[in-house]
Amino acid sequence: MSQDTKKVDLINRTIDKTAKELLKVAEKEGISTAFNRAAEIKPCPIGQKSMCCKHCFMGPCRITKKTPVGVCGADVDTIAARNFGRMVAAGTASHADHGRDMAFILLAAARGETEGIEIKDVEKLHAVAGHLDIETEGKTKEQIGEEVALKFIEDFGRQKGGINYIRRAPKRRQDLWKERDLVPRGLDREVVEMMHRTHMGVDQDPKSLLHHALRTSLTDGWGGAMLATDLSDILYGTPTPIKAKMSVGLLKEDEVNLVVHGHEPSLSEMMVVASQEPEMLEYAKSKGASGINLAGICCTANEVLMRQGIGSAGNFLNQELTILTGAVEAMVVDVQCIMESLADVAKNYHTKLITSSPKARIPEAIHIEFDEEHAMTVARKVLREAIDNFPNRKKGAITLPDYVSESIGGFSHEYIKYMQGGTYRGSFRPLNDAIMDGRVQGVVGIVGCNNPRDVQDSAIVELAKEFISRDILVITTGCGGIACGKQGLLAPETMEHAGPGLKEVCEAVGISPVLHVGSCVDNTRILTIASDMVAEGGLGDDIADLPAVGICPEWMSEKALAIGCYFVASGVHTIFGVGSPIEGSEKVTQLMREGWEKDVGGKLEFVPDTKEIVQKAVETITKGRKALGITEYVPGKFGAEKVLMDMADRRRLEDEQKAKAAAAK
Amino acid sequence: MSKTIASAAIRASHEIVERVETMLQEVIAEKGSDFEFEFPDTAYFLPHMYCLTGFACKTLGDMQTALNEKAKPLLKAVPDEHVYKPYLGETLDAGMATLFAQEILMALRYIKGLEPVTDPEIDLTYNGFIGDSILRDLGFQLVDGSMPGYVVILGAAESDERAEQIVRDLQQKNILIFLAGNVKGNSVTKQLHRRGVDMGWPTRIVPLGPDTEHTIYALHWAARAGLTFGGLKAGDFKMNLKYSLNRVFAFAIVLGELDDMKWSTGAGAINQGFPAVCDTNVPEIRPRGVCTYEHVVRELDQEKIVQTAIETRGLKIIVEKPPVPVAYGPAFEGERIRKEDTFLEFGGNKSPAFELVRMVELDQVEDGKVEIIGTENVDKYEKGGVIPLGVVVEVAGRKMQKDFEPVLERKIHDFANMAQGIWHMGQRDICWCRISKDAFNEGFRIEHLGEIHVAMMKSKFPAITDKVQVKLYTDAAEVERLREEAREIYHERDIRVANMTDESVDTYYSCLLCQSFAPNHVCVVSPERLGLCGAVNWMDAKAAFEINPTGGNQPVKKGDTTDAVKGRWKGVDEYVQKESHGALEGFSAYSLMDAPMTSCGCFEAIVAVVPEANGIMIVDRGYTGMTPIGMKFSTLAGTVGGGTQTPGFTGIGKYFLTSKKFLTADGGFKRVVWLTTSIKNQLGEALKQRAEEIGEPDLLDKIADETVATDAEQLVAFLTEKEHPALTMESIF
Repeated sequence: MSQDTKKVDLINRTIDKTAKELLKVAEKEGISTAFNRAAEIKPCPIGQKSMCCKHCFMGPCRITKKTPVGVCGADVDTIAARNFGRMVAAGTASHADHGRDMAFILLAAARGETEGIEIKDVEKLHAVAGHLDIETEGKTKEQIGEEVALKFIEDFGRQKGGINYIRRAPKRRQDLWKERDLVPRGLDREVVEMMHRTHMGVDQDPKSLLHHALRTSLTDGWGGAMLATDLSDILYGTPTPIKAKMSVGLLKEDEVNLVVHGHEPSLSEMMVVASQEPEMLEYAKSKGASGINLAGICCTANEVLMRQGIGSAGNFLNQELTILTGAVEAMVVDVQCIMESLADVAKNYHTKLITSSPKARIPEAIHIEFDEEHAMTVARKVLREAIDNFPNRKKGAITLPDYVSESIGGFSHEYIKYMQGGTYRGSFRPLNDAIMDGRVQGVVGIVGCNNPRDVQDSAIVELAKEFISRDILVITTGCGGIACGKQGLLAPETMEHAGPGLKEVCEAVGISPVLHVGSCVDNTRILTIASDMVAEGGLGDDIADLPAVGICPEWMSEKALAIGCYFVASGVHTIFGVGSPIEGSEKVTQLMREGWEKDVGGKLEFVPDTKEIVQKAVETITKGRKALGITEYVPGKFGAEKVLMDMADRRRLEDEQKAKAAAAK
Repeated sequence: MSKTIASAAIRASHEIVERVETMLQEVIAEKGSDFEFEFPDTAYFLPHMYCLTGFACKTLGDMQTALNEKAKPLLKAVPDEHVYKPYLGETLDAGMATLFAQEILMALRYIKGLEPVTDPEIDLTYNGFIGDSILRDLGFQLVDGSMPGYVVILGAAESDERAEQIVRDLQQKNILIFLAGNVKGNSVTKQLHRRGVDMGWPTRIVPLGPDTEHTIYALHWAARAGLTFGGLKAGDFKMNLKYSLNRVFAFAIVLGELDDMKWSTGAGAINQGFPAVCDTNVPEIRPRGVCTYEHVVRELDQEKIVQTAIETRGLKIIVEKPPVPVAYGPAFEGERIRKEDTFLEFGGNKSPAFELVRMVELDQVEDGKVEIIGTENVDKYEKGGVIPLGVVVEVAGRKMQKDFEPVLERKIHDFANMAQGIWHMGQRDICWCRISKDAFNEGFRIEHLGEIHVAMMKSKFPAITDKVQVKLYTDAAEVERLREEAREIYHERDIRVANMTDESVDTYYSCLLCQSFAPNHVCVVSPERLGLCGAVNWMDAKAAFEINPTGGNQPVKKGDTTDAVKGRWKGVDEYVQKESHGALEGFSAYSLMDAPMTSCGCFEAIVAVVPEANGIMIVDRGYTGMTPIGMKFSTLAGTVGGGTQTPGFTGIGKYFLTSKKFLTADGGFKRVVWLTTSIKNQLGEALKQRAEEIGEPDLLDKIADETVATDAEQLVAFLTEKEHPALTMESIF
């Protein structure tokens, strides 16, 4: 393979224009990135399919036709289920730990032990207190905040009973969890138990292991991640629509560029405040910069995008490339999805890599540890590091791609309700009605990562475009959201590419048919949206009844699997792209499909082909609509013709309402 | 696209809030913050504000607070040109802010003496604020489906003829019409004036004011329905708006170009579930969810606009139109025909006339036959004048009963009156009817009166009227002879009704018609206590049940009498408990003080205890002045309606006063210490008779009215002077 062909190949591994440009820089400078490493490292063919077990030192055992069981006798089904279970546990643990930190920050804020962090969104605090049955009458926000924090903290160490937020699910779902023994007891307990079960010689029944994987994942979706979302809203404000730039092109040549990367919102929120302080701006000017430009990567980006309108320089696969611009003074990282290679890439430039979490260190990075007691001090210190570094830019080594898109983010669950009727009439009625009438065929969530095994952003964007053209509303989070944003899909003008029925709805509300609801912990916003849609009525009485599908087209992390599992356990048909991590076991594959569908209404499938994903998703939506008995979806019925709902439709609606009223009686 | 609407609505909300604030500050500077204001005839302060936020605006200072705390937070930014933020929620909020501001604007205009607006050019005083009592007046029609909804027409039609046509179309569908706004000074109000169309409450065409801002009068009138009938709490905006959406069938027809203020007002109305249909090429908002169906629809064909509007709001229109060559509907009930416009006339004191419904055997009726019997006045049929007329409606039906004759007969008045160009009043042998020249020119002839009764009797009472024929007698001697026969029948009926007591029957009838408005309210109608709206007596309810066995009137078995004095029966209590969905344990038919009957809100009058006088007072809903207990009718109504049981207060049909069972548990008629003069005038004879029956022949003179007492002190002084028996009766408590 010649050098040239290789270069062409790599730039075709992304659809992000800026990434293409920066990959050329990497190529030219001989800097290694995930793109070329993925091309160089073939996935281990045994491990990829989960046909390898290294849970004890009798092995590692690889399962082949010749050796169908490991030393202990475990077959590929047990091994695949155990491996999968551990991945789910790791993913769940990540979100749980994120949530735990947020709970302790709220506790500290409520007790006045924080610097710069306080309870910002009292309305949300009251709403959360309501979910937790905490009496708010006559109490200060601090008192309520303390009680909320303590009640959440109990969830982590709870040994028996059920975690608090289970009650936010539709009643029928809760009953099903009880019936199936899926109600998680405590956040830590389920993860610990998964680690125990998957130790050598414990749980050897794939079905039982997978059952526990679902239970574990529920501590993520209705536990760690959900409370991380809610607590972040309480501390930093519930998002409302906000305009933000996306793609690495938002970096500025004449300003101090500081990139926040990772997953937690706290330090970056402080950075936003610090970067606007006059003395900081003054300091930046003293170093020759005309301002301070904050940008994000991955879900820390999403957190500050949703709440502050801070632009996103890109998603997971843009992290190294962002440094390659040569214009990043500092990249401060916290936890999750941070490539160790950043340190190596940074070495080629003036960029300082700063780690901030006590849990996540990189040897070559500068470590400035974040703690809530000194939040602002830490933020200012980080910022000064960046500003101090501005004069060190290598002038000739700057590549700033001239492309940036504008997006609207900030679609919290609360705002989505508001946007459908305002302060006085906010509800999910219009969305439900649109689905019932067939204006909107259904809803899909497109979430999750980038994976260099696939063309960056390609599946995400292709799917989003395909679904909206079929009148299917797309809700997106995480790196999926950023992928859509970089391609301009989060701008309301995207409605022009939506099917005519969906377009009518978008036009009425003023939204893009692709809604960015936040970071990966904010996938829980999708759960609460779904629960509210159920509660609104007309679309069944369980999340499983909704004509909706969850899709993670470019997944790579264990968190993605945990998220996938909690969607399944909540009743959602969930489809992952790229490939299957349990391909080696026909039985486990079957259990996740037929077995789970029978048990909990949702199923997990791994489907690498995007066309097949579309086909499966549409099938599920069609089936769901049919089961609900709502109007058959007919493409092109709405919008173009501008016909009023005909009398037969009206009569049918009336009859339905009457029947419902009679049933309620 | 919708963004155009959003931008316009949001812009206008900023403009009006600012404008109103400036005006408010001027008025405050002049009158002070503590200056008190209330709209005429309402218990709900600034009704929109009160209904949706629970904030009672009583002073100018309160208005400032309302503007700051309720309206301003709803003002949002106009969406950007590109990559704009969502705007629907923001637009609806802006609309709400606009309505709040409009309401304060109207209050300020009232203070400045600018409302209601008078237009000397067309010699018209607009209606201005709509009082609570109108809602109660119309309550029954709104619930029984005879008034399927109401419309606000904003702007002006492309021509005067078109304006009239649209309005006539709406009238024929019995839709109440409000007019507001203008297009460059022209308006439907002016157009109708030029066409000589009668406007006002009787014709159900009510001009509110010349500006778009006057629309608030219709909207905050609608907002009161949930409080009045639904038993909802002020400030519970979710429930109140849901009530508007599901039970108040209002909508807007917007004629001519729209400006920002029209859009913003429309956005406010959409919050209440009221859509708009426009006759210009406007952007549409079709996906439903805030309204029941579409939100904004365009209908460029003005001929179809009424039909489109009806479909958009989802109105159920049931119009029975008899085969007559004039328009027909309740909207024409209120029209007057002056003498000089009269073509043909009968009854009154001008000629002998009577009307009678008679049950006959099936084989004696040729269904649908209308026969004019007489020769003397044939020339007048085509030349006009005064003639005698005996209207005999003969009804045969397998389920027809003699008792239903008066029920049907009372409908003759309504049926005749609903024809455009026909005016009717009275009944029996005191009827009086005019046919206008216009109606004659349209082709209306005397036999059409018969056609009306044949068609309407059969359509309104299909279960009991298998066959109907009408005989119209026109010779004086014959009419006089038959009138004597009829008088005997009337007398027999009166005796029968007079002898009918609550004890004489074992079944009462419920009336649940108002549950569409007041879900927990139950009326139980007995022979001696008619429905509180005055529209349903025991016989009516019985007939209604026969006509429609699954309808709003159901038999209620009395069961064992648990308290003969208070009027409690086991069966009635059980029924009430069930049908009030457990809200009530039952009620006493004859007591005000112990578990009185509840009210929907459309009561004709309210009975309230006057502690100082040890008696009770009765105020009818037409009376807007002060009463001796310090509350106006509108305020009192707030405590009585919505299906809630408040001892010491109850709503009644006026004629209950003349009943022998009138609140006997509390002392009956003798307890009455205050009555409005209008009740005195209307029921005078019957009340005098009652007074004699109870051995207090001078009682009526001892009862005070608003001319002698509007507070407790004056009342007690009057009663003491007159030695009213209530003063010496045992304590009412």
